[in-house]
Parts: sequence; C-alpha cells; structure tokens
Amino acid sequence: MNWIDTIAQGVLLGGLYALFAAGLSLVFGIMRLVNLAHGDLIVMGAYLILLVVSVTGINPFLAAAVAMPVMFGLGWALQRVVLNRVLGADILPPLLVTFGLSIVVQNVLLEGFTADSQRIGAGPLETASVDLGVVTLGVMPLLTFGSAVAVIMALNWVFYRTPLGRAFRATSDDPVTASLMGIKPQGIFAVATGLAMVVVTIAALYLGMRANFDPTIGPARLIYAFEAVIIGGLGSLWGTLAGGVIIGVAQTVGAAINPEWQILAGHVAFLVVLLLRPRGLFPRAFD
Amino acid sequence: MDRGQTYRVETRTKASTIAAVAGVIMLAVALALPAFAGRGVIQDLFFILTMLTLAQFWNLLAGYGGLVSVGQQAFVGLGGYAMFGAAILWGWDPVAALILSGVAALLVAVPTAFFAFRLAGAYFAIGTWVVAEVVRLSVAQWKAVGGGTGTSLPREASSDMWGQAGIEALFGVKSAAARDILAYWLALVLCVATIGGIYWLLRTKRGLALAAVRDNAEAARSVGVDAGAMKWVVFLVAAFGTGIAGGLIYLQKGRISPDAAFAVTDWTAYVIFIVVIGGIGTIEGPIIGVLVFFVLQNLLADYGSWYLMVLGLIGIAIMLFAPRGLWGLFSDRTGIQVFPIRRRLAGGKLDATKREG
Repeated sequence: MNWIDTIAQGVLLGGLYALFAAGLSLVFGIMRLVNLAHGDLIVMGAYLILLVVSVTGINPFLAAAVAMPVMFGLGWALQRVVLNRVLGADILPPLLVTFGLSIVVQNVLLEGFTADSQRIGAGPLETASVDLGVVTLGVMPLLTFGSAVAVIMALNWVFYRTPLGRAFRATSDDPVTASLMGIKPQGIFAVATGLAMVVVTIAALYLGMRANFDPTIGPARLIYAFEAVIIGGLGSLWGTLAGGVIIGVAQTVGAAINPEWQILAGHVAFLVVLLLRPRGLFPRAFD
Repeated sequence: MDRGQTYRVETRTKASTIAAVAGVIMLAVALALPAFAGRGVIQDLFFILTMLTLAQFWNLLAGYGGLVSVGQQAFVGLGGYAMFGAAILWGWDPVAALILSGVAALLVAVPTAFFAFRLAGAYFAIGTWVVAEVVRLSVAQWKAVGGGTGTSLPREASSDMWGQAGIEALFGVKSAAARDILAYWLALVLCVATIGGIYWLLRTKRGLALAAVRDNAEAARSVGVDAGAMKWVVFLVAAFGTGIAGGLIYLQKGRISPDAAFAVTDWTAYVIFIVVIGGIGTIEGPIIGVLVFFVLQNLLADYGSWYLMVLGLIGIAIMLFAPRGLWGLFSDRTGIQVFPIRRRLAGGKLDATKREG
C-alpha cells in the first residue's frame, strides 16, 4: 500500500468536502442558521446541471455557469419567503423548517428524476491524470481542490474587501445596529443565502462529475459538510478547508485498511477532534 | 378561619377530569380489543402506539428540554439489536430482552450526550445524527446478527415468547397473530407508562425546572435551576424509553437490518412531523399528531414519494403559520387542556370572589 498516494487522494477529497461545507459555513456565519437541507440542495444543484447538460448538450462547466443564477434566485427566494420568517432566538423553527425542506427536496427529486443513479459526463477529463513522480493524481480531484481554494479565497475577498462583505459582517455582529446604519438584515440574509447557493452549485458540479448520485445522498453530504465546519472551527473558512482535508484523509486511510471502514473513519476523526478541541482547530466566532 | 379561606395550588381542570375518566374507559376497551378486533386493526394500533411513544420521548427532548435531536434512530436501532442479540446469542426470551434494549440505549446515550452536549444549539442536531451514523455503521459490522444485511428472530424465540401460548389458547389464534397481540399489549403498557411518566415528571419540581429552562435558561439559572443536569436527565430518559420502543417494534417485526433499524426517515423524520403537526411542547400534541399522521399515511400511502412531500410541506406550513401545532390552535381557542401542568392558585378569597362575582 502506498501511504503517500492514499494521503494525497485524501487531501484532494477534502477539497470536495470543503466545497460542501463553504455554503453551510457562510449561512451560519451570517445568520446563525443551520440549514438541514444543505446536502439535498447540493444534490438538487447536481440534477439542475445534469438537466442543462442533457437538454443543451453543452460542457458541464458552462452548464454550471447557467445553473448558478438560477440557484442564486432559488436561494434568495427561499430566504425571503420562508427562512426569514423563522429566524430568531428560538432555534427550533429554523431547524424543523429546514428539516421539512430536506424531506421535500429529496422527494421532489425522487419524483422528477427517479431513484436511478446519475452522473454528469465530463468526457476525457474523468480519467485524465498527472504523474508527479511520487504519486499520480487525477485531474478531476486536482480541479476540485483548486476550486475549493479559489472559492474560499473569493469568499474571503467578498467578506473583507467589499461593501457587501462589510454589510455581511455588520449584520452578523449586530443586526439591530446594522439596520440603524441603513442595512436591511432581511435583504442581506437573502443575498447571503443566494451566494451560498452559488457555492452549492460549484460543489454540485464536482459531486456530479466525480461519482454517481441519486436523490437520497443529500443527508450524508450535509454530515460531511457539518463535520468539516466543526473541525475547522466556526467562522473560519480556511479552517473549514482544513476540516474537509482531515475528513478526506481519515476516509481514504480508513478505506485503505478496510473498505467498509471508509465512512466510519471520517466520523470517528470528527468525534476525536470534538473530544480534544471542542471548539475546532481554528475557532474564530464565539457562539 | 373556615376551610374556604385556605389557599391551594392546583393543576386539575374540568376538562382534565373528564379526560381522565374517558382515558380509563378507553384503556379498558383497548385492553379487551384483541377479543373482537381483527389482526389488521391490532397491527395498525401497534404502529400508532409505538409511534406515539417515540413521539412523546422526542417531544420531551425537543419540546421541553430544547434538545432537537435528529439521531433518535440510534436508540431505536440499538434497542432492536440489543433484543435480537440477547435472543440469538444468549437465548433470552425476547420479552425479557426488552429491558436490555433500554439499557443498551442508555449505555450509548451517555457518551452520545458527552459528545453532543459540546455542540451548542443547532449543531447539536447534526451531532446526534453523526453519532447515529457511527452506531449504524458499527452495528453493520456485527456479523453475529447478520452484519449489513440483517437477520430474523430464530423460530424458537419468535414463536415461544412469554405469554404467547396463553394468548393462542385464549383467543384461538395462530402463533404469528398471538405475537401481534402480545406486542400490542406491551405497546399499550409502554405508551400509557410513557405518557403517565412524562406527565408525572412535568408535574414534579423537576418538571417545573424543565419548563423554566425551556422558557428562559438564564432566568432559570438565576433562581438556582441546574440547566445542564436537566438536559442530562431528559436525554437519558428519552434514550431509555426510545430503546425499549425500538426493541418492541422489532419484536413485532421479527426481522431487523441496519438500514431499516437506523432509518432517519422512519424513526426521526416521521416522529418530528408527528410532534410538529400535533403541537410541540404539549402531551396532547403528539396524540393528535399521530392520528393525523396515520390518516395521511393511509390516504397517501399509494403515492410513494408524494406522501413524504406532503408531510414535509405540512410540517413547514405548521412551523410558519401555527408553530404550536393543531393542538395549540385548538387549546388557544377553547382554553381546554387535557394534561394540565400549569399551576394555578385556588381556594381562599379567590373562591370567595368567584362565588360572589
């Protein structure tokens, strides 16, 4: 067994989990909302891209670009119409509403696309690889990891270098004071969820190109995303990437020892971090 | 000073007295039901009773303890597997093994709580889910009870449980039907004990502390309520009861597999919808909820995924427009409470003024 190879694959897999987690982290950071439908929304994004690809026959990357504004609009509307109504001191309503949404999205997809496994075809890219001497890495995993880094850099730029990011941070710190300064928290929340859905679309693209997916796999993606966020520490996007990498490496190492242990190893790694560092590795937010 | 001058604290209402009498009559009818109802009715009632039990425990967690768990399937599955393990490996009678179901759930609940309580608020929900996944994946490795594919109760265990022969003789039914009746009676006892136990808990001082923590954790702490200890009590009690319910569900099914026993849809999603639709934070709510759920399931069962879609949409609509559920709507309009826990001051001058006015 080649340990270097196993770990390299795990690190790259971590990029995918960081992509799953970035949207979750964004929404939680701004409005303290844990969206239990996050995983199902990723799967929905994958079906949307698949739909665009199969109708128009364009390249999946272009299809994702087409899907992005649609997903932004869906996220914006979801926040405006549903989620803004349940935000508040009580955590029960948002949890139960997003849990209901998770079940609804899963079953809408099941009804619309059947339970058959699907895949977004990416042509020769699927099998292309780069030989680095010590290890051979797939181009697709490398692209995934690169996209995760790019998404996190972009989100950090939006957060700390733009007026929108200033509004995000202000609303996150204190919605009441922010609204005195002419920011409408409800509108900011809607834009944030829309932006999270754009990130979800990128995650969906790689989810769909790398492996088969079906309507039921959303909750497992939510769990990986959640583990990455908690390991990294709430509020730190780079921490989320580190969290994703830890889950990814734990999974590939677990799978190398016994294929049945892949998923279990990821969860155990999460529990160990939670035991040793309850606030994650790079905590920033205090809540 | 005459007797009318003394004050007393009471919770009983006219509605609750009537309901208590009706409840006793219904219980007597339910106990005698296997004598004249068919097997299908008994199975339906078993389903309703076990779901109601699970819903009451989830309601205790989320509605009173503020602990929104999405991982209760861990305890249902553990309960089922503990019962199967004891019956298959040690030859225990499945009915006796039900106590092990509760104990196994309790034993796993301690480390679960230790981990999950580190996660504040909303993250607690997914934390419990992760633990449930870990338990499912670990149990799937347990080859003695069938690993990932599951197993059936051995014939000697499933056809010779305590009381089964007696039921066969009493009602003149076959062993499978006798098992259904036995499971139904046990579910009835479990459900009544659950509702009674939770009602008792809520009326004690601990229940008052629980309601105080639910309404305002800071204020509760300032008057000396240990919120952390209350969370532990609620979580462990709910795990124990959910485990026994899980054991009983799989005693009746006679077949278990990790994917079914740890299904988040069957044992947590349905349960959450039952509580939310009926009315969270009340004992009456889950009772209404389970009836609505049962009717919906029978109406829409043929439509597969449409059924779950409708259930999810109803749950969302209730949370948005009537967060206290159907029972909350009813109770707000009529003021009726079947299981009153609100303490009211009565007697003394209060009664006197009432008489005069």
